[in-house]
Amino acid sequence: MSATDGTRTIRVRELARVEGEAALKISVRGGRVQEAQLNIFEPPRFFEALLRGRQFAEAPDITARICGICPVAYQMSAVQAIEQALAVEIPPPIRALRRLLYCGEWIESHGLHVYLLHAPDFLGYQGAIEMARDHRAAVQRGLKLKQTGNRVLTTLGGREIHPVNVRVGGFYKLPSNSALRELVQPLREAREAALETVRWVAGFEFPDCERDYEFVALQADGEYPIDQGRIVSSSGLDLPADRFDEHFVEEQVRHSTALHGRRRDGQSYLVGPLARYSLNHDRLWPLARKAAEDAGLGPVCRNPYRSIIVRGIELVQACDEALAIIEQWERPAQPAVPVAARAATGYGCTEAPRGLLYHRYRLARDGSIEDALIVPPTSQNQPTIERDLEIFANDWLDLADEPLRWRCEQAVRNYDPCISCATHFLRLEVDRG
Amino acid sequence: MGGRDRRPKLAVWKFASCDGCQLTLLDCEDELLALGDAVRIAHFPEATRGRLRGPYDLSLVEGSITTKKDVARIAQIRRQSRRLVTIGACATAGGIQALRNFAGQPGLAGQVYPEPAYLDALATSTPIAEHVPVDFELRGCPIDKRQLLEVITAFLAGRRPQVPAYSVCVECKLAGQVCVMVAHGTPCLGPVTQAGCGALCPRFDRGCYGCFGPMETPNTASLASPLAACGLDRGAIVRLYRSFNAAAPAFRDESFRNERD
Ligand code: SF4
Repeated sequence: MSATDGTRTIRVRELARVEGEAALKISVRGGRVQEAQLNIFEPPRFFEALLRGRQFAEAPDITARICGICPVAYQMSAVQAIEQALAVEIPPPIRALRRLLYCGEWIESHGLHVYLLHAPDFLGYQGAIEMARDHRAAVQRGLKLKQTGNRVLTTLGGREIHPVNVRVGGFYKLPSNSALRELVQPLREAREAALETVRWVAGFEFPDCERDYEFVALQADGEYPIDQGRIVSSSGLDLPADRFDEHFVEEQVRHSTALHGRRRDGQSYLVGPLARYSLNHDRLWPLARKAAEDAGLGPVCRNPYRSIIVRGIELVQACDEALAIIEQWERPAQPAVPVAARAATGYGCTEAPRGLLYHRYRLARDGSIEDALIVPPTSQNQPTIERDLEIFANDWLDLADEPLRWRCEQAVRNYDPCISCATHFLRLEVDRG
Repeated sequence: MGGRDRRPKLAVWKFASCDGCQLTLLDCEDELLALGDAVRIAHFPEATRGRLRGPYDLSLVEGSITTKKDVARIAQIRRQSRRLVTIGACATAGGIQALRNFAGQPGLAGQVYPEPAYLDALATSTPIAEHVPVDFELRGCPIDKRQLLEVITAFLAGRRPQVPAYSVCVECKLAGQVCVMVAHGTPCLGPVTQAGCGALCPRFDRGCYGCFGPMETPNTASLASPLAACGLDRGAIVRLYRSFNAAAPAFRDESFRNERD
């Protein structure tokens, strides 16, 4: 309806450049944003329910299918939780190989998001293929980076999507030394490309949007958080993975098939690159830290638009670490340690490219899964994404519908939301009255 | 340009899925930009917010039908598509989410969502071909990159794609891979599963778990005793068939047979 009385509805019916299906609706009343809803209509697939009665050994392959973009994250949180339940100790070289696999997924996923999904917003293109007409070299650099991430995944896991090599206790088969060595040159080039990425995106224009987020991420001694750590937050939480449930809950809302994650006190919080970076800046390696400094990023970053720079910095870190792991790796005698079933509950938390991914499994004596709980990063970020829009969109209300719609979409894409994940779980709708 | 652009229109559609099969297209890093030159990407929300109206020359459909709305949506997409190809186990067999079709899984929604009443979910997850005619089904969970490129190239050239219908077992032989069942007693669905992965799991010292679904006329009955000889009890055999292609008829029937007998 008319904007003269300050009411308006903006809708994005199908949000593009996100993984999965969602819409957005923003209602404006009296010239102010009254409500922003991230409407997730992706049909739910009920993973937790269909895990019941399956054997623990099947969980890594089944949960991988929640998300084609970050299957390794699911495999890693699943094996960590189950190994905790079964009191399995993973030897350091196996853990190193898992971290290497995870670095591959970070490189692939961040490469995809920075270049194909997010950069087109900053440069004003509908998508990366359109952007490639004017910025072919940049898009090619992104594809190359992504490809190197995929190469790490195929070397260690057999294929890029739903790798087949991860098992509870370790791997099915260790990669040959020569296969690992073949990754070195592409990873060196990827590290250079990652540094170039940081320089490129640091030159984009960023709106002045800062928020006082409650950051939540993993933290581990002497390393940047990827595959393990304690859960910490900017307000001082510090807990092991097995106490996640005491502090965080998921609740259902009518406008979404994804559950919303909140702190038990009702506060929303933020997981993902900004949170990881801001809580672990001192744990970045020198190369990544220097890249951050050169890009003008302080030790804490509260502007979600700048998450594209942080992803670039994490690309540098992941390439650097992957190279170090390959260089230092000592081949273990066996690809996996033995595992015996027992009745127990286990908890796992790892850092998916989009943020904290929590799994909990209760196992029966025969090794079957009695109960499973999976909390993906996008569910946890949904309330924060809505809050961002409610706050930021007020400054954009003098825009016409189409540019306003694009701005709002971009604000959502800052989070690289993975809707397939969240509906175990987007369209923008702006209601101006 | 608009009106004069004669390049074929490619559309990518998503139903209940993990996005992995459409991501396979973006994972064609070496070919993506050339593809973007050769076709007009008319609908591919994961990659672009740009959209062109139908009709589309080739529609790739990922995911299974699990809601009433999607029953209507796929019919609409079919009407706008000259050729429609389904990609992946979700679209060709209902996917892992088709486990809900089996007895003994009541109230799935209630186990995940506190208020299942808000959801528009059907009791079953069904393949696209159960709802509309499909020109070609590309198997896999996920699909294979090379096969996807072959399918796109073939359809744009107006020929049938060359995708083998033989088993993973044959792929092992072709690759000179020792049989994991014979050599290590590892249970393997390779003898009854369609090729396409390049014998991936056997190459990683594990048994095939059926990502590509049943091959043409699979002899599942005769695989029962080798699987049992590898130490699988009936329940384990049922679970082996009931994963990403659980509702593909040959796998479904074999799982029922093992449950019954
Ligand atoms: S078939 Fe497998 S990889 Fe493809 S969309 Fe379905 S779950 Fe994902």
